[in-house]
Amino acid sequence: MFDFHPQLKQRFAALRTGAEFFSLRYVRESGQYLSVRKNVAEPPSLSRDEGAMLTVRVNGVEAYAATNDLSQQGLQAALERAERQARHLKPHALLDLREQAVSSDRADYFSPNLDQPFPSLSDCYQLLGAESAAVPKDDRLVNWQVSLGITHVEQIYLNSAGAELRQAQRFVYPGLDVTAYDGNDSQTRSLGRENFGQQGGADVISRCGLVGAGPQVADQALQLLLAPNTPQGPRDLLLMPDQMMLQIHESIGHPLELDRILGDERNYAGTSFVKAQDFGHLQYGSKLLNVTFDPDIPEQLASYGHDDDGTAASKQFLIKEGLLLRPLGGALSQFRAEMDGVANSRACGWNRPPIDRMANLNIEPGDQPLAQLIGNIEHGILMSTNRSWSIDDARNKFQFGCEWGQLIENGELKGVVKNPNYRAISAHFWKSLSAVGDASTFKVLGTPNCGKGEPNQVIRVGHASPACVFSHVDVFGGDA
Amino acid sequence: MSPSNNQAESFKALVNGLRDAIREPEQFTLSYAAESSAFVRFNHAKVRQAGQVQQASIGFKLINEGRHADLDITLSGDAQVDLQRLAEGLQQLRETLPLLPKDPYLLLNFNGWQSKNVQDHPLPDTEQVVAEITRAAEGLDLVGFYAAGPISRGFASSAGAFGWHQANSFNFDFSLFHENGQAVKASYAGHDWSSDGFAKRFQQAREQLEFLGRPLRTLAPGQYRAYLAPAALEEIMGMLSWGGFSAQSIASKSSPLQKLYAGDQAFSPLVSLDEKVSGSLSPAFSGEGYPRSDLKLITEGQAGDQLVSSRSAAEYGRTANGAGGGESPGALNMAAGTLPNAQILKQLGTGLYISNLWYLNYSDQPGARMTGMTRFATFWVENGEIQAPVSTMRFDDSAYSLLGSQLEALTQERELLLSASTYSQRATDSALLPGALISRLTLTL
Repeated sequence: MFDFHPQLKQRFAALRTGAEFFSLRYVRESGQYLSVRKNVAEPPSLSRDEGAMLTVRVNGVEAYAATNDLSQQGLQAALERAERQARHLKPHALLDLREQAVSSDRADYFSPNLDQPFPSLSDCYQLLGAESAAVPKDDRLVNWQVSLGITHVEQIYLNSAGAELRQAQRFVYPGLDVTAYDGNDSQTRSLGRENFGQQGGADVISRCGLVGAGPQVADQALQLLLAPNTPQGPRDLLLMPDQMMLQIHESIGHPLELDRILGDERNYAGTSFVKAQDFGHLQYGSKLLNVTFDPDIPEQLASYGHDDDGTAASKQFLIKEGLLLRPLGGALSQFRAEMDGVANSRACGWNRPPIDRMANLNIEPGDQPLAQLIGNIEHGILMSTNRSWSIDDARNKFQFGCEWGQLIENGELKGVVKNPNYRAISAHFWKSLSAVGDASTFKVLGTPNCGKGEPNQVIRVGHASPACVFSHVDVFGGDA
Repeated sequence: MSPSNNQAESFKALVNGLRDAIREPEQFTLSYAAESSAFVRFNHAKVRQAGQVQQASIGFKLINEGRHADLDITLSGDAQVDLQRLAEGLQQLRETLPLLPKDPYLLLNFNGWQSKNVQDHPLPDTEQVVAEITRAAEGLDLVGFYAAGPISRGFASSAGAFGWHQANSFNFDFSLFHENGQAVKASYAGHDWSSDGFAKRFQQAREQLEFLGRPLRTLAPGQYRAYLAPAALEEIMGMLSWGGFSAQSIASKSSPLQKLYAGDQAFSPLVSLDEKVSGSLSPAFSGEGYPRSDLKLITEGQAGDQLVSSRSAAEYGRTANGAGGGESPGALNMAAGTLPNAQILKQLGTGLYISNLWYLNYSDQPGARMTGMTRFATFWVENGEIQAPVSTMRFDDSAYSLLGSQLEALTQERELLLSASTYSQRATDSALLPGALISRLTLTL
């Protein structure tokens, strides 16, 4: 682990520049993606990636250069490219960062169970093959796939102020999906995949529930095929954690990103219906809504000690009892906006610069077990597992769809319905939060696929949530 | 020697090294991707963030008696280091292959095809471009992104195939914001930066911005006549391309166009759509080593060719046609219609002029029913005249309606839209599309 650290330190110490501040962020990543589709093992997809980004600050102007050449000459050349660019762009620069503080922290961070070996490639294929073979034989089951992604990342951050931060992490993404088809309609049911990822080892596969899940997931796909469409009209909506994560992500996470509020993303990812002056004043949701930036749940995807600008991460309430308190803004955005934020300046790799990203963004548990949540609903619907997401560029008007729906009448779960969709407006939706599940309903989830930024970056984010109930939401089904 | 030649020679050195290292009956394919990119972000007409990225990688597949595995390796640019990384990769793959079962869907291309395309038109100096942009945007709220530099793609196989593609390009993707929060989106992209060409494109966007200052119109949900500009239509085609034409998605019933390919649905006879690789900006070969064919995906509203990767070819008994593993089109070309651009507003009469759509997804995928938002310059038009910008609205409609029963006309003029995507690397995708006049678009929120 950190094999390259001594050499990197030596090379960093030998770099020469006229910049008032400079940093180096080295990233080494190896990946393995395995899958078995319809009982046929697909060829493994392996990867090895390594490079560094050098960032300089010259007369308050920052610029970066990323390079795949890690030799002394390669790093020096990148540093000079960045410095040259910072000097040339001075007359056109938006920001003067001369007064912005920099990190001098020194620390290490490790994923849980990193010292425990991961099952061998053969063992992984055996597991995937067994789960694929467990999908029952039924002519209507036309496609199924079991997969396992593993990524190891080592990152070393060094800067001219003396910071030395090392992180070694392992991310695991199990998944299973089954598609059923009746000659007209098709329905897919899944477990994990884009809705589940954690840090750790083989324990992550257990927590996902992949082992033994094949028959049940297949059965649910068949149930959906036979189910009627979701009826249209207002209902109380019970969202399970694997849909809550998408709901949190799109209509709390993105609108609270401070760089969006400052206008950086207006040309691509969009803006926000939240304004800088709303923090400390806006009642974002009902009194039951408590939202945290929480880097301290070890297995959650975006738990870390420091962000990619070297800022120490700690748990913070962004929304408490419904009141909006704090944005998702890293050190640079905090400096620009003169507001407190969180340590969320993150890059997806060595060749992209850190920007404000979600990390672990969670809803704190409430006090009701699932039975009580259901029992208190007269006319409602349970929805589970996101499959469709669409929201406006200010993160306000949204429409989301799930794989699985079940009607709730007079406090009891009733029949399964297919194509469950709902639409609402963020600014009002969270005020309709009427019940929050307790710790027994709380799940630690996450996705590897959050896109944002120019140049574009896709990054892993964690979302943990209990099941939640929202009153009087507009729900509807599909056409088939 | 030019950077392009340098990279081609470096790639050839790796290929030769690998040829020497493999042992009968081993076989290999090796793909190559490199770029050197200047990236400049703008906010409030100033430079928000600027940098330069230099990257190169290979995709290495080792095959031995029906077993195969893939390994992506980032290169350093140093010949000795890269040969060492390739040797370590070969060792890793040799240790991996015996752990795998034989793959029944492995299909190799034994054709030793050759392909070369090099376009090294000089690009402008980044500082000069930044100066032109900031000068043009003086007094305006411009936000945007400039990406430029050379892109290289290569392919070689133990069967003797060799492909090389290199192109210099730039893409300035930007928006101009009115103080009321409304914005117009535009881009200036290509190989040859012309100060006059940029000034003209910028002026067009600036003129549209003036309409956005009018009082905002809020529409009620309902059904409206609408004109979708090429950039808006591109969003719809992008959604349909997400598995729509993929042989595997169609066979496994996850394609949004499965009813089209089953013959249960059709688009309007006005709709003809090709994947036209020849003459496009993207490489003429796929990463898995097949020359990419021009394909007729939809002909006069009826399903045509599918995108077939080598794996799908083996699994479904089809002929591989150069589609990559994801089986998505990269060079869409939609037939023009008969509506002149000058007649768009008159033919629209009263309804919506939609410049861009945003964040589309499916409400009901097997039915190709999709939802999404209006974004950027969307106007309310009455009697052929622009009246007011429209506040953001959500639509929810089937593609078989929008491009089928409700499609009135396509424009005579088409727009070449170059992808501004930079996920992992700068994209080479493009789409040549007309605008579409729709008699009924359903707005829901």
